[in-house]
Amino acid sequence: MIDLSLHILDIAENSITAGADEISIKIREDISENILEITVSDNGRGMDKETLLNVSDPFFSTKKVRSNIGLGIPLLKQMAEECGGKIEIETAEGRGTSVTASFQHDHIDRKPIGDIASTVSTLIFCHPGIRFIFEYRRNSGIFTLDTLELREELDGVPINSADVIKFIKDGISSWLKRP
Amino acid sequence: MAKLTISDLKQIKEKHKSTFTLREGGYRAKVTVHMGTCGIAAGARNIVNALMDEIGKSGADDIIVTTSGCAGLCSKEPMVTVEILNNPPVKYKELTEDGIREIFREHVLGGKIVDKFALVIGSETTY
Ligand SMILES: Nc1ncnc2c1ncn2[C@@H]1O[C@H](COP(=O)(O)OP(=O)(O)OP(=O)(O)O)[C@@H](O)[C@H]1O
Ligand SMILES: [Mg+2]
Repeated sequence: MIDLSLHILDIAENSITAGADEISIKIREDISENILEITVSDNGRGMDKETLLNVSDPFFSTKKVRSNIGLGIPLLKQMAEECGGKIEIETAEGRGTSVTASFQHDHIDRKPIGDIASTVSTLIFCHPGIRFIFEYRRNSGIFTLDTLELREELDGVPINSADVIKFIKDGISSWLKRP
Repeated sequence: MAKLTISDLKQIKEKHKSTFTLREGGYRAKVTVHMGTCGIAAGARNIVNALMDEIGKSGADDIIVTTSGCAGLCSKEPMVTVEILNNPPVKYKELTEDGIREIFREHVLGGKIVDKFALVIGSETTY
């Protein structure tokens, strides 16, 4: 993975596989604390004890339908630990899961955040029925998006239509470009 | 009588579920982009972005794009599965952005399978 936005897409796709219909993605950059924190939470089926214990082992995966080796969480964990951070997983069976990865903001090996607008728009485009809550917090301000609210405003226009997706993507990009 | 395994049953159910969803939602075509870790690392997000762009340009409103997990062929990612209503699904492998654009125009809009990227048609035939 070349940047963190791809890891976020990957972790959010886990939530989708777990049957979630509500997924929240929160990013917090705090320069004075020297921290970058990413949290993906969902209301999916959660993990049982065994899965939770093994989830940081690169060769563990419960998706045994085909030869899946389960790399998503181990990769993120390795990344975070290499950058003076860590990964924390909270999960309850039948209720949901929350994965938090933190990084030392100015760590030389920390990958760039990357195209987060593309990650969020891809998720909404491919999963229009899921409620996504996206929040980006920086010292200079906070950006939020809740597709449930957006859908109400859309008055029946599908949220995954090309124009709406472009609107979302451009909205996130232009906010991020602000100082 | 041949014994049915759970995985056969699951495949049959999945297949019926997907065709049902297609009809129910009034969609003519569905493109499933493989979004396991391997797919994402190989460029699956760019494949979705190219599809978004092509759908936008074509003005079509009867095509949906969705995702699935790893299909176990990590070295052949990025991969997509194209399903046109009433036709067997076609799996495409080792896609580039230009490749998916060609598949969109030729197959999704035009109904013609793009041989050079095709891996499998239906669930058994190796193309
Ligand atoms: N949000 C979640 N809810 C429930 N279970 C999860 C969640 N995220 C991960 N898991 C469980 O942890 C396992 C490992 O996840 P991981 O992302 O590392 O691999 P994977 O998704 O199985 O495969 P890959 O990511 O390589 O395509 C999953 O198979 C699943 O059982
Ligand atoms: Mg995964």
